[in-house]
Amino acid sequence: MDFGLILRVYPYFLQAAVVTIQLSVLSIALGLACGSLGAAARLSRSKILRVVGASYVSVIRGTPALIQIFILYFGGPQVGIQLNAFEAGVIGLGINIGAYMTETIRGAIISVDKGQTEASRTLGMSRLQTMRKVILPQAARLMIRPLGVNINAQIKGTALVASISVVELTYTAQRYIGSTYKPFEMFFLAGAIYIVIIYVTGLGISFLDRKAALK
Amino acid sequence: MGLDFSVVPAFYDRLLLGALWTIAITLSAAVLSFFGGILFAVIALYAPAIIRLPFKAFAWLFMGTPLLLQLFLIYFGLIEIGVDLPAFVAGVIGLGLHYAVYNSDIIQAGILAVDKGQYEGARTLGLSQFQTIRKIVIPQAVRAVIPPIGNNMIALLKDSALVSVIGVTELTLTSQLAISKTFRPFEFYIAAAVCYYVINLGLEAVLRRIEHKIQEAR
Repeated sequence: MDFGLILRVYPYFLQAAVVTIQLSVLSIALGLACGSLGAAARLSRSKILRVVGASYVSVIRGTPALIQIFILYFGGPQVGIQLNAFEAGVIGLGINIGAYMTETIRGAIISVDKGQTEASRTLGMSRLQTMRKVILPQAARLMIRPLGVNINAQIKGTALVASISVVELTYTAQRYIGSTYKPFEMFFLAGAIYIVIIYVTGLGISFLDRKAALK
Repeated sequence: MGLDFSVVPAFYDRLLLGALWTIAITLSAAVLSFFGGILFAVIALYAPAIIRLPFKAFAWLFMGTPLLLQLFLIYFGLIEIGVDLPAFVAGVIGLGLHYAVYNSDIIQAGILAVDKGQYEGARTLGLSQFQTIRKIVIPQAVRAVIPPIGNNMIALLKDSALVSVIGVTELTLTSQLAISKTFRPFEFYIAAAVCYYVINLGLEAVLRRIEHKIQEAR
């Protein structure tokens, strides 16, 4: 293990880690938005919306994220969508994780006891009120852990945009493997940074989960 | 530049070959990850600390880093230590090891859920510890966790697209080669997505049949 080399190159890896964190935060925010809309569509009374929601989940989960990012970045210009690599990465990753989050959010909502809905409706609350005041506060608690699993996967998933030349951690590691021929050193350096990011995020999610738990 | 899907059929045979490579790499890596997962689960639960602890560190490192990074490590790392494997083999090892670690987690939970009386009973009947684990505990544990392992295999199919970056000419790289000839990325990536979707449907159907068979056998 060449520690001198690691000490020389680590500042570049830290800069790249900032890009990985930006990609993660933005794509997770977009994913949560897509996931909430997707779950709302899948649970809607309109059959069209239900079909749209189900197709979104099925198509996105049925094809590789890498291909989705390629369609957006390389195929986009053909249909009038011009994005730079970072934007294509954020949007592609966000739409992708949104499909998984749709199922997580929907799962949490339908696992709230049906009697709660019936009781609220009987008490004269509208469908919207029932959802907003009774179901969602309970479902929100249930979805923190499984969304944490999605978020953990997404942080590692940001590595995919290395293939469209976004200078994030994996791209940087790949470039330094190419120029130094030291794959193990570069792997451990990039790997250590990923593990720190994931560990800190995990702590945040556990904290939220404890805060949200019913006392 | 508008869309023109009529360029795709000319590459039909090449895309089909790419799809077959995708299926081949997925199945090989799935088999490796299944048996690797069982082996890793046994190591994590039963091996002496001197083997168990380094293994746990390895598992922790593999679960915390992206698959793409691991593929680079395996492909370039093996060359570094003088082992020049074909890209296909490096891809199978990378995908297989990555998912073996995830499967191992699931199988460990399955092993712990097997009734302790089964283990005690087998030992009382004179089976060695190795026999008990291999013939009594593992078959029951694995049967119980087939559905989540199946989900990992579906994820593995989609992640097989990543081995295109180390030069395996599977579906993704085949489409890229077609694009470099025709300059039609949208059409060919959509064609690749359709192929993946169809393979995915096939794999899901096979997994459902296996789950069904196991349910019946119980």
